Amino acid sequence: MDYKELKLIASTSPHIRSKNSARTLMVDVIIALLPALAFSVYNFGMRALTLTLVSMAGCVVIEAAYRVLTGRHQTASDLSAAVTGMLLAFVCPVTLPYWTILLADAFAIIIVKQLYGGIGKNFMNPALGARAFLFSWAGLMSNWVAPGTKAALWGSTADAATYATPMSFLHANDLEGLKRVYDLPAMFIGRTGGSLGEVSAMLLLFGGVFLILRRVIAWYIPASYIGTVAVLTFLFPRGNDPREWMLYNLLGGGLMLGAFFMATDFVTSPVTRRGQAIFGVGCGLLTVFIRYFGSYNEGVCYSILIMNLCVWLIDKYVKPHHFGVPRTAKKKEEAGK
Amino acid sequence: MAQAFFGGIHPHDSKAATNKKPIELMPPTAQVVLPMSLHIGAPCRPCVAVGDHVKIGQVVGEATAFVSAPIHASISGTVTAVEPRPHFNGLQVMSVVIENDFEDTVDESVHPPKDPDGLTAEQIVEVVKNAGIVGHGGATFPAHVKISSGIGKVDTVILNGCECETYITSDHRLMMEEPEEIIGGAKLLAKVFKVDQIILAIEANKANAAELMRLKIEQLGAPIKVEVLRTRYPQGAEKQLCQAITGKQIPSGALPASIGCAVFNVDTAGAIYRAVYRGIPDIRRIVTVSGSGVRDPKNLNCRIGTPFRELLDACGGVYPDTFKILAGGPMMGYAQYNMDVPVGKGTNGILAFRKDEERTVADPTCIRCGKCTSVCPMRLQPLFMYMYESRDMLKELEAAHVMDCIECGCCAYICPGRLHLTQTFRTGKQKILNARAKAKAEAEAAAKAAEEKKEA
Repeated sequence: MDYKELKLIASTSPHIRSKNSARTLMVDVIIALLPALAFSVYNFGMRALTLTLVSMAGCVVIEAAYRVLTGRHQTASDLSAAVTGMLLAFVCPVTLPYWTILLADAFAIIIVKQLYGGIGKNFMNPALGARAFLFSWAGLMSNWVAPGTKAALWGSTADAATYATPMSFLHANDLEGLKRVYDLPAMFIGRTGGSLGEVSAMLLLFGGVFLILRRVIAWYIPASYIGTVAVLTFLFPRGNDPREWMLYNLLGGGLMLGAFFMATDFVTSPVTRRGQAIFGVGCGLLTVFIRYFGSYNEGVCYSILIMNLCVWLIDKYVKPHHFGVPRTAKKKEEAGK
Repeated sequence: MAQAFFGGIHPHDSKAATNKKPIELMPPTAQVVLPMSLHIGAPCRPCVAVGDHVKIGQVVGEATAFVSAPIHASISGTVTAVEPRPHFNGLQVMSVVIENDFEDTVDESVHPPKDPDGLTAEQIVEVVKNAGIVGHGGATFPAHVKISSGIGKVDTVILNGCECETYITSDHRLMMEEPEEIIGGAKLLAKVFKVDQIILAIEANKANAAELMRLKIEQLGAPIKVEVLRTRYPQGAEKQLCQAITGKQIPSGALPASIGCAVFNVDTAGAIYRAVYRGIPDIRRIVTVSGSGVRDPKNLNCRIGTPFRELLDACGGVYPDTFKILAGGPMMGYAQYNMDVPVGKGTNGILAFRKDEERTVADPTCIRCGKCTSVCPMRLQPLFMYMYESRDMLKELEAAHVMDCIECGCCAYICPGRLHLTQTFRTGKQKILNARAKAKAEAEAAAKAAEEKKEA
């Protein structure tokens, strides 16, 4: 046989690659969020779905347009923008007008993500950054509806009765009041008021475990984050039952969504296991601190954003112990610099 | 199971195409090409001239330094050329080309020592040295150097039957078909290093080989313990294997002997046995020819120096849409563009691929997922090293221990952003070496200038 006819490539090893790409990881994240989305539709009506789809489409279109207009290679197909759109919708009230979420999409994609160079370069979680931006319309962002209410699909939603979420009870230290409205099973399943996608702790937990099993995310951040919140709320309860106070704190608000889907964002979390654990503990500390002492009743969003800003610091100082370098020698080496 | 090493990956092993096929003896080919560099270390000097008649086992390339290994004629015939020829490492290397006379006459030097069992450790090392035996695992480090530099320091001798690269089954088949030679080699190594026990490490995906070796070891009463290790790449890498067996880490920049270990490929042990008991030098090689591009994958027993095209022809050739042919495994092998390159002492496989399993993309992007860090068996941080290299930050790159990178390819394999990580670190290492050489030269020049000034 004549092998000179073959068109051979002579690149260097390795010559095989895993099938995983940014896109497959993002598809897994979207799949993991679908059960919670389905529950939100059951809880808040079809508007939960339409708002999420509008937000996803908005993010993808804005990213694609930005990349075209600035003459950069197209990244919209990696679906990271779609995940941003989905998560952004999840942390907003279902009553949020469509124009507002599209504005937030633009903020997330252009200001938070693309201006720094796009995927992999942003230092803040785009969805949470945009949520913080949305508090410029604080009224719209606290327009909660009761579970089981069917939010109007079109038109004004401003007349929907504003409804107390579990977090507003917790912020007022009114555990008894909260227990009268929602029992623990309702909190776990998610039959409560709150942001579009954050209500069902159970289904978010399923999604998170799915991501861990698929090795899309590692367990260090969710475990250290949720663990820290659990320990702190158990040790410093407000009310007379530390166990219940702890459970309501874990199941209420955006903790599950934040711990499994926001804090674990690759781009804005540390790369080492120890760094991720430190990051999670930091998020937990700040979350409890804001919930206890802040004027907002929810601390997940800001605690993750603040920890996002510390990632470079964690990555700089928390490094793996190199193979074959004794720990003491490494310290000496660093001291010598 | 023994302890694990850090990180690692588990690609589909793809060994099913050849792991049940017995090794086929390939008929000698019309021509062999023997490059003078079939080992790590100083290249050999050709000691035959065009027109000379050579016999099997005759030395055609003399070792020129301590870290070197002589090269022997693998067929009998006439030397038709002594000139640079393409080598599987991509370079042109001085080679001795022999035209086969198909007589297979054996050189007078090929005979076992008078009393193989009575040899002292030094005599065994001498036999190994003269037989030109190098590591058959792929790194081709001269075995006599490894032995003589390890005597007295080594208390753990490990036979490496891991074969963690995908597709390759040559060591697997050897363990199935020539266990006695491997065990015989192991006994010799135990004698040389004065250890009571040798450890034979086999990955769990070769359970039948582990079973057979256990049986044979028992029958022969050999001092060998079979350790079945987890199937995980790079289990067979020297540093990782030592870690899995002993739990100790080889210090950065040091050799396995520094923690009392010496690792030999199972076929290296077999080659030592053949040299000591039969006087046969390192002239044959078991090669797995496989991959999606090969029509009839096989394990072939061929002479060293056989051109790749002869082995591919023996396997029915390749499909016309083959786009990549490798010497070695997919994780660490060398891509070839010329099928005239010869089989070397460490060529454990020739693989041909039809579809792009490298899955390269036009715009590799780091998404900071940290997977590269979690799979790195050396506990390095490929994503930062990549950043430093691409910005030419050599000081930071060196501080990130890039020189410890074993180029196993795990990071590049797992990277969802498809960065050319391992490839980049090769360049980075070279840049650092160049910078060091430059700094050294400048320092010398400065010292010389200062001296001249003083004299003046």
